[in-house]
Amino acid sequence: MDILNLTAVSLGEKIKAKEVSVKEATKACLGQIEKQDKTLNSFITVEPEKALEQAEKVQQKIDAGELTGPLAGVPVAVKDNMLVKGGLTTCASHILDHFHPAFSSTAVEKLQAAGAVILGKTNMDEFAMGSTTETSYFGPTRNPWNTEHVPGGSSGGSCAAVASGEAIYALGSDTGGSIRQPSSFCGVTGIKPTYGTVSRYGLVAYGSSLDQIGPIAKDVRDCATVLETIAGYDPKDSTSVKRDDYGFTKALTGSAKGLRIGIPEEYFGEGLDPEVKKSILDAAEALKAQGAEVSYFHLPLVEYAIPAYYIIACAEASSNLERFDGVKYGYRTKEYEGLHNMYKKTRSEGFGAEVKRRIILGSFVLSSGYYDAYYLKALRVKALIKKAFDEAFEKYDVILAPASPTTAPKLGESLSDPIQMYLGDIYTISVNLCGLPGITVPCGMDSKGLPIGVQFIGNVFREDHILQAGYAYEQTRTMEICPLCR
Amino acid sequence: MAKEYETVIGLEVHVELATKTKIFCGCSTAFGGAPNTHTCPVCTGMPGSLPVLNKKVLEYAVAVGLATNCDITRYSKFDRKNYFYPDNPQNYQISQLYLPICRNGHVDIDTAGGKKQIRIHEIHMEEDAGKLIHDEWNDTSLVDYNRSGVPLIEIVSEPDMRSADEVIAYLEKLRMTIQYLGASDCKLNEGSMRADVNLSVREVGSQKLGTRTEMKNINSFKAIQHAIEGERQRQIEELEEGREVIQETRRWDDNKESSRPMRSKEDAQDYRYFPDPDLTPIVISDEFLAKIKSQEPEMQDAKIARYQKEFDLPEYDAQIITSVKKMADFFEDTVALGANPKKVSNWLMGETMRLQKEKGMDQDQIPFSPENLASLIALTEDGSINSSVAKEVFEQVFADDVDPKQYVEEHGLKSMNDEGALRGIVEEKIAANPKAVEDYRGGKKKAIGAIVGQVMKETKGKADPGTVNKLIKEILG
Repeated sequence: MDILNLTAVSLGEKIKAKEVSVKEATKACLGQIEKQDKTLNSFITVEPEKALEQAEKVQQKIDAGELTGPLAGVPVAVKDNMLVKGGLTTCASHILDHFHPAFSSTAVEKLQAAGAVILGKTNMDEFAMGSTTETSYFGPTRNPWNTEHVPGGSSGGSCAAVASGEAIYALGSDTGGSIRQPSSFCGVTGIKPTYGTVSRYGLVAYGSSLDQIGPIAKDVRDCATVLETIAGYDPKDSTSVKRDDYGFTKALTGSAKGLRIGIPEEYFGEGLDPEVKKSILDAAEALKAQGAEVSYFHLPLVEYAIPAYYIIACAEASSNLERFDGVKYGYRTKEYEGLHNMYKKTRSEGFGAEVKRRIILGSFVLSSGYYDAYYLKALRVKALIKKAFDEAFEKYDVILAPASPTTAPKLGESLSDPIQMYLGDIYTISVNLCGLPGITVPCGMDSKGLPIGVQFIGNVFREDHILQAGYAYEQTRTMEICPLCR
Repeated sequence: MAKEYETVIGLEVHVELATKTKIFCGCSTAFGGAPNTHTCPVCTGMPGSLPVLNKKVLEYAVAVGLATNCDITRYSKFDRKNYFYPDNPQNYQISQLYLPICRNGHVDIDTAGGKKQIRIHEIHMEEDAGKLIHDEWNDTSLVDYNRSGVPLIEIVSEPDMRSADEVIAYLEKLRMTIQYLGASDCKLNEGSMRADVNLSVREVGSQKLGTRTEMKNINSFKAIQHAIEGERQRQIEELEEGREVIQETRRWDDNKESSRPMRSKEDAQDYRYFPDPDLTPIVISDEFLAKIKSQEPEMQDAKIARYQKEFDLPEYDAQIITSVKKMADFFEDTVALGANPKKVSNWLMGETMRLQKEKGMDQDQIPFSPENLASLIALTEDGSINSSVAKEVFEQVFADDVDPKQYVEEHGLKSMNDEGALRGIVEEKIAANPKAVEDYRGGKKKAIGAIVGQVMKETKGKADPGTVNKLIKEILG
C-alpha cells in the first residue's frame, strides 16, 4: 500500500482501522518532501519534528476515542498566507520572512481540532499576487508533472505538494482563481467556496472582498470533507456568513441526473487552447451521458471582468498591505534617515516587483480624481457581472468552464508580460467578483503530458450542485497519477 | 473708514465614546494602563486580524444623532482613510466618509441675541490612533497602542458660528447633551472631547465665505477663546495688508498662546478613501431605532421643568443644577434621601461650586456622597449645628467625605442652645465690655455685635447666635 496515493478520506479510514499509524502517514509525507522538495520547492517551511510530535498526540487522541472525524491523523500542508501559531508565516515575502504570528487562523484551528497534522507552510506567489508561484521571495515552485513548468498560482505550493504526495491534502486561498487554476495545472481538485463560508480570520488579506480559503485535494470527496471541517460562521470575521447547512458531503450522490449545466459560448472562443477546449467539452459530454442537461448560453460582459477584478483587487491590496511598514513587525531596512525614508526603503526592499506593481495600480485607482473613473466604475461592472450570473443561474444549476486558457506554461514565460498573465485569469475571476463557489476537477492531459482541469461554477451557497457535478464526473474516469507518486 | 469683519466658524468635534471596549476589538478602553497592555492583534494592525464593530458604539452614535436632531442613515458604511503614520497601526484609519451614520442635524444655543440654531452637517464613527512618545535623549520614538481603536464620533457643524462665545455655547450644549446620554464624559482637558476650529473672515454684508484655516490641538475653553480671537486678528491683518489668507492647517500652542502652520492645502494628503471591505454595511432597522429612542434619558429641558414642578426649585437653580448631568444626578440622589431640595440646591450651587472652582475641579467632580450631604442638611435643620459650623463641617465633607454626624460629635461642634450654660458666658462678656453696653443703652443697637462675637469666639462658634442675642437683650433689659 502506498500512503502517498491515498486520498485524505481513505487514509483517515485506514488510520482509524489501525492499518496505518499517524506517524507512518506523517513520515511518508515528510519522506516525500525530503526527496522531492529540493526540486519542487513546494514548501517555504517544513517542520518535521513538530509534525511528528503532533502525530503522536493525535494518535493518542484517536486511540482514546477523542478524535473520530474523517481527517484525524491525516497530514496537511497549509499555504503560507494563513497564520499558524508557533512557526513562521511569510506570505512568500521578504517583508515577512521572519514573522511569527501571535495567533492561528480560524481555518487552521478547525483543522487542528479535527486532528490534522500540519507538515509545513507552502510556497505561493508573494502575498498571493501572481498566477505561477514565481513571484515568491523563496524562489518558484515547479510543476510535479514536468518540472520545467510552473504549477500555477498563487496556491502553487499547495497544489504541487498534493500532486506529488508531499501532502495528502492542503489549504489554499483563492482571490481570483488561486486555488482553481493551479489545481488545473497540477491535476488536483480544488474548491473555492461561496464568499463568507470559511472565515478569513488569520488569512493575510490580499483582496478582502474576494479572498476565500478552500481545500486542495486529490478528489471531490476529499474537498467536500475538508470544506465541512473548515467552514462555519466566525464572529471574528464580519464578512463570514451563517449558513443553514454545512453538510457538503451529502451532495456526493454519484449521479448527475437532472443537473442543468450551462456552457458559456464566450468562454470557448479565441484564446482557448484547442486541447484544453476539447478536454473540457469531453467532460460536458460525459456528464450528459450521466443524465445531466447540457446546453450553451451567452454570458455577457466577460471581457470586462479582468479590468474590474484588477482594479478592485489592487485597490484593496494597496490598503491591506500598508501595515507592512517596518514599524511594528517584519523587515525593516538597515539604514535610514527619518521616518519617511524608513518607510520608503523598507517597502522598496521588502516587496517584490509584482506586489509593488499592484500596490501602485491600486493606489492610483483610489486617488482623488480617479476614484470615480476606475474604482466606482469597477464596482458597477462587478454588479452587472453579478446580474449576468444571477440570470444564468435562473436557468442552470452549474456553469461549466475551463479553469485556464492553457495548461501550465514553462517557468519564466509569464512574468515578462504581466498583461498576458492577467488575461489568463479570465475564467476564474468572475467567480470571485460575484462571491460564487467554483471547483476544478482534473479532466485529462494535453499532448505534452500536462494536466487539464474542468471548472464547475455554482450559484452562491450552492456548493452542493458543483460538488454533485464534480463527483459524478469524477466517477466516469480514472485519475491520472503524477510521475513523482508512482 | 476701517472695514468691518465678520468671523465665520465651523467646528469638527471629536468625542471619545464611553464604551468599555474598543470599537473593533474586545480590548479595554480604560485610561492609563502601562503602554501596549490594552492591545490585541486587531488594534495593533497584525496581519490576518479583522475588525468587528462594537454595537455599543453604533448605539451611542445613533443616540447622539437623535438628540441633535439628525437624520439617521439607514444604510451606512465604514471607509478606510489611508495615510502612513506610526500611531496608526494599519496605516489606514477606519472612519466614515461616503455614508456617515448621522446627517443634517442641529442644536439650539443661547446667545446674547437670543436663541440660535447651529446646524450639524454630519456625525460619523471612527477609531482613535495610538500615541507616539518621542525620546529625544535617545533620539528614538516609541509607540503605545492602548488608545488605538478607542471609539470616537466626529461631529461636523456647518459654518454657523460667528464668535468665540457662540462656539463655547455650542460646545457646552454638545457636551451637556452627550453627558446626559452617557455617551461620553466629554472632558476637553483629558482629550475625550476635542475641537478643531475652521475659521474664516469676511467683510460684514458679504455672502461669500473667505478662505478658511483649520486649527487643531485646542484643549480648553480658554484656549478656544484665545485661538479664535488670535486667528481672526491674524486673518484680518493679512487681508488689510493686501495678502491672501492661505488655506492651511494650523497647530495651536497653548504655551505660546498662538498658532503656527502645520501643513498647507498644497501638501494636503490624498487619503484614498474607499469602503472597508472587512466590515459589512450597517443597516439600521426600525426596531433598533425605536430601542435607542426609548432609551433616551430625561434631558435637561425636561429636568428643569420637573425640578420646578416637583421640587419647587427656582428656574435659575434648576438651570444651574441640570447644566451638568452628574450634578443633576447627585441632586436627585440627595433629595431621594429626604433632604430639602432647596437646601441641596443651595449647597451645590454655593459651597460645592465654590470649592470646586477653588481647587480647579470640574463641575462633574463631586468628591462626597449624597448620604453625607443629606446628613449635614439634617443636622442644620434640627438645630444640632448652626450655619457657620455647617460650613466648617462641609469643608471636611468635601475634602474627605467624612460622616458629618460623627465629625460633629468627635469635635464637639454641637450647638450650645442651652440658655443656662450660655448665660454665664454672656454675663461675663457683658461685664468685660462696658463701652458696648453703654453704646447699646445709648441707642446704638448694633453695639452688642461685639459681645455676640466674643461669646461666639469663647464657644468656638458652637453657640447659637440667636440664643446669644436673646440673652444679651434680656440681661441688659
